[in-house]
Amino acid sequence: MCGIVGLFLKDKALEPKLGTMLTDMLITMSDRGPDSAGIAVYGEDHEGRAKVTLQAVDPDVFNGLAGEIEDECGVAVKLRVIDTHAVLDLPEDKLAQVRATVKSLRPDARVMSAGEVIEIYKEVGLPGEVAKRFDIPQLTGSHGIGHTRMATESAVTTLGAHPFSTGADQCLVHNGSLSNHNSLRRKLAREGVTVETKNDTEVAAAYLTWKMQEGATLGEALEAGIDDLDGFYTFVVGTKDGFGVVRDPIACKPAVMAETDQYVAFGSEYRALVNLPGIEDAKVWEPEPATVYFWTH
Amino acid sequence: MQTFDLEANGLRALNEKLQAQAQNTNETAWSVVNPRGSHAIAVGLDAPIEVTVNGSTGYYCAGMNQQATVHVKGNVGPGAAENMMSGKVVVEGDASQYAGATGHGGLLVIKGNASSRCGISMKGIDIVVGGNVGHMSAFMAQAGHMVVCGDAGDALGDSIYEAKLFVRGAVKSLGADCVEKEMRTEHIAKLTELLAAAEIDADPNDFKRYGSARQLYNFNIDNAY
Repeated sequence: MCGIVGLFLKDKALEPKLGTMLTDMLITMSDRGPDSAGIAVYGEDHEGRAKVTLQAVDPDVFNGLAGEIEDECGVAVKLRVIDTHAVLDLPEDKLAQVRATVKSLRPDARVMSAGEVIEIYKEVGLPGEVAKRFDIPQLTGSHGIGHTRMATESAVTTLGAHPFSTGADQCLVHNGSLSNHNSLRRKLAREGVTVETKNDTEVAAAYLTWKMQEGATLGEALEAGIDDLDGFYTFVVGTKDGFGVVRDPIACKPAVMAETDQYVAFGSEYRALVNLPGIEDAKVWEPEPATVYFWTH
Repeated sequence: MQTFDLEANGLRALNEKLQAQAQNTNETAWSVVNPRGSHAIAVGLDAPIEVTVNGSTGYYCAGMNQQATVHVKGNVGPGAAENMMSGKVVVEGDASQYAGATGHGGLLVIKGNASSRCGISMKGIDIVVGGNVGHMSAFMAQAGHMVVCGDAGDALGDSIYEAKLFVRGAVKSLGADCVEKEMRTEHIAKLTELLAAAEIDADPNDFKRYGSARQLYNFNIDNAY
C-alpha cells in the first residue's frame, strides 16, 4: 500500500490553495498507510535566498540557533519553528556553510530538505494529524507532493517517512519496495554518496540525485532508474521547477493522473482527485509502465 | 428508477440494498450517484437488475456479479468485474489493472482502454475492449473470449489454456505458448456475436485470433534442469 498525491499547478491563481488542496487529497488516501505522513511544497522563489527545513525530536534544540548561526557564519538568518520542524531562511550563497554549521552546533537536528524553494514536513501519524501539526493547508506554492506510509522496508520513524530529499530542491515519494537497495547503497557509497537511513526509498532518491550530479536531467535520471532500480515502484518526484512520475515495468502499484489547463494531478487512487476543480472534464489516465512523465514550469 | 446517493448513504447501505433484490423484484432500474472513486460498488449482485453508476469508481467495481447489468459512466479502478459469474458489466471509460480477472461467465465491455493483466486467469467470461489492453493480458486464461479492438501489450496470453483471443491491432509480444491461429467460420461468427453484444462497430474480418499452442500441457524432459 502507501498513498501518494501530487499537484503541479499551471494556473498561478491556484497557488494560494496548494496546501489546502494537497492536504485534502492526502487525507483521502489515509487508509493506504497509517504509519507516517509527509508533504513537500515548492514555494515562492526569493532571489538570492535559500531555505533549510530542520527536524528535531525535541524542538528546544532550535532555541537560540539563529543567533548562534549568525555569530558563526556572519550572516543574518531567520528561523521559523513549527512543532518539531524549523525552517531556516538564509542567503543562498551561504547554504553549504550554514548546513555544516547547523550540523556541528546541533548534531541532534536533521536536515529534511535544503534548496531555494522546497520545504518538507514529515512525521509519524496519520495525514490529518500531520497536516494539522504543521499547518500544511496554509502553505502556498507552485507544486507539491504528499505521501502516507505503510511501512515495509524500514522502521516507523520520522526519518523513515516520505518525502525523501537527497539533493537541493529535490524530493521523491514511493509506493512499493526495492529489492536491490542494499547493493545500490554500497555502490553509491563507493561513489561518495551517503544516505542516512536503512530505507529503500532514500536509496532511490540518492540514486537520482547522483545521476543528476553526473549531468543527467531528471527525465534522464528516471529513465536510467528503470534499468538500475529493481523492485516495484510508483515514484513521484519534484525538482525546483519540475514534477515527474514513473512506474516500474510490471506496474502493480496503482497510479491515476489528471490534467487540465489549471493543473497536473497525481493520486494513488481516483478518490484522491475527486475534489479538484474541473475534474469532471479533466483528461484522466493511468500512467503506462516504464514510462517517464515530466512537467516543468 | 431508484436513485441512490452513495456519498449521502454510504457503501454498505448501497450493497445491502442491491444484494437484497429478489429474482422477481419490481425495482429493476437503479442509479448510483456520487460514486467519487469509491471501492467495491455494486459487488455481489444476484438478480436481473440494471445498475447505472454515474461517475468513476475505485477498486473491485461489480465484482462477483451474477445476472445483473452494471453500467459505469466513467472509469473503473483495479479489479473491475473480478470473478463475474454471469450478467453484464459495461464501462464507458478506461479500466485499470486485472479487469475481469478469474471471471467464470457473463460479458465485460470496456469501451476505452484496459491496463495490464486484463482477463488474467479468465475461466469462461467474455471480455470486449474497445481500445488497447496492457501487458500480461489473458495470462493463464482458461476459457472464454477476449476481444481487443486496439493493440495488446507485452506477453499476451502467457501460459494460456483454452481461452480464445481476438486482436484487431498490433500485439507487442506473445507470451509463452501463445500463438496466432487460423480464423475459421465459427470464430468469425462468435466474434460477430460478441461485437454486437458489446455494441462496438468493428469488422470481424480485421481481427487475428490467438490461442494456446498446447506445448505446456505435458511434461517435457528437455525443459528439466
